[in-house]
Amino acid sequence: MSDHDHDDDHQAIPSDPALRTKALESLLVEKGLVDPAALDALVDAFETRIGPRNGARVVAHAWVDPAYKQRLLRDGAAGIAELGYVGENHEHLVVVENTPNVHNLVTCTLCSCYPWAILGLPPVWYKSAPYRSRSVIDPRGVLRELGLELPAEIEIRVWDSTAEIRFLVLPERPSATENMTEAELAELVSRDSMIGVAKITVPRESNA
Amino acid sequence: MNGLHDMGGMHGLGPIQHEKSEPTFHEAWEGRVYAISRAMGQSRVWNIDASRHHIELLRPADYLRMSYYEKWLERVIALLKNRGLATHTEIETGLSAPGSAKATPALSAVEVPAMAECRGNFMRPEADANARFALGQRVRAKNLNPVGHTRLPRYARSKQGAIAHHYGIFVFPDTNAHFLGEQPQHLYSVRFAARELWGEEASPRDSVYIDLWDSYLDHA
Repeated sequence: MSDHDHDDDHQAIPSDPALRTKALESLLVEKGLVDPAALDALVDAFETRIGPRNGARVVAHAWVDPAYKQRLLRDGAAGIAELGYVGENHEHLVVVENTPNVHNLVTCTLCSCYPWAILGLPPVWYKSAPYRSRSVIDPRGVLRELGLELPAEIEIRVWDSTAEIRFLVLPERPSATENMTEAELAELVSRDSMIGVAKITVPRESNA
Repeated sequence: MNGLHDMGGMHGLGPIQHEKSEPTFHEAWEGRVYAISRAMGQSRVWNIDASRHHIELLRPADYLRMSYYEKWLERVIALLKNRGLATHTEIETGLSAPGSAKATPALSAVEVPAMAECRGNFMRPEADANARFALGQRVRAKNLNPVGHTRLPRYARSKQGAIAHHYGIFVFPDTNAHFLGEQPQHLYSVRFAARELWGEEASPRDSVYIDLWDSYLDHA
């Protein structure tokens, strides 16, 4: 009897995933299929280097440089490559712009597609069944649940990531930020605003 | 396949649990599973579409019960077994069978910085494929119900929309997932009015944009 025959009918009691992962890693290292140092480097890249701060810099740059914004909206991959992020030939990125009349929301109903290159790995709620199922049928309810109430006259465009195209929302620049530097603006840009489930708010300055 | 993974439009799956200041990985093993999956992906023994399909093939009850990275763990194990890289016994014991061959890792640590955020290029501009649709044209998603992998969600089937963007020629997941070749096709963003998808209760202003391949569509 082959291993495959055995697997098909055998429902093993799920063991602790931490132990199962440890056994898997040591097996793959022993077989020469993975290099543990490469695994360390991958974990480190996503814990320290690749994350929503990258997307925030792209957004802030688009806010202060209208010509850049036009290039970014025309070709998202080339736009992020201009700022040194992986783009052309490695990522198919479309940037969609929020305006006073249009609000964009990104989802993946079939799995968990997300613009890793520029936002890092997706949060748990984005990958969860409640968000994936309702983001397309009830975007207004989903946004309300996440704390964003949009007036009925705003048009909502939901982007379901069914192919290898990835979507980044270019949120609206908040008012009263004219005197802020690009770096200060980048600090305001939240991950959630680039998924389209939040607006950007300016923290009130304290006069202390 | 008409599986549980195709959740667009379902109700009753609970509230959205938004976590403030979420870590990249909640537990160390999740990072290892993520990294193992990415490193094995570099070996080209499988592809991204086969990889997605192996999540869809999880038992439905497990699909709902398991956390995201538990699914990734079971998926990479299933792929290793199905592609002949590891046996059930090896996985369960964590020890390779006596006398089994030793490979060279497809990914070394020095290569990681250049590949970590690269998912690959799935565009095939040089492929021979006809674009049957043009920008603005009215289309109808076909009523396809394949038992294998597809990226045409159920909620879009038989619905009418319009071509909003033409992306060019891309690898076709429905064949690639089953190792039947890339068979590249033109890919479009199709705009569906929310009312077409969900009925008169939906907002007259709202829409859903879905990326669909040429063979998923008919002229409307």
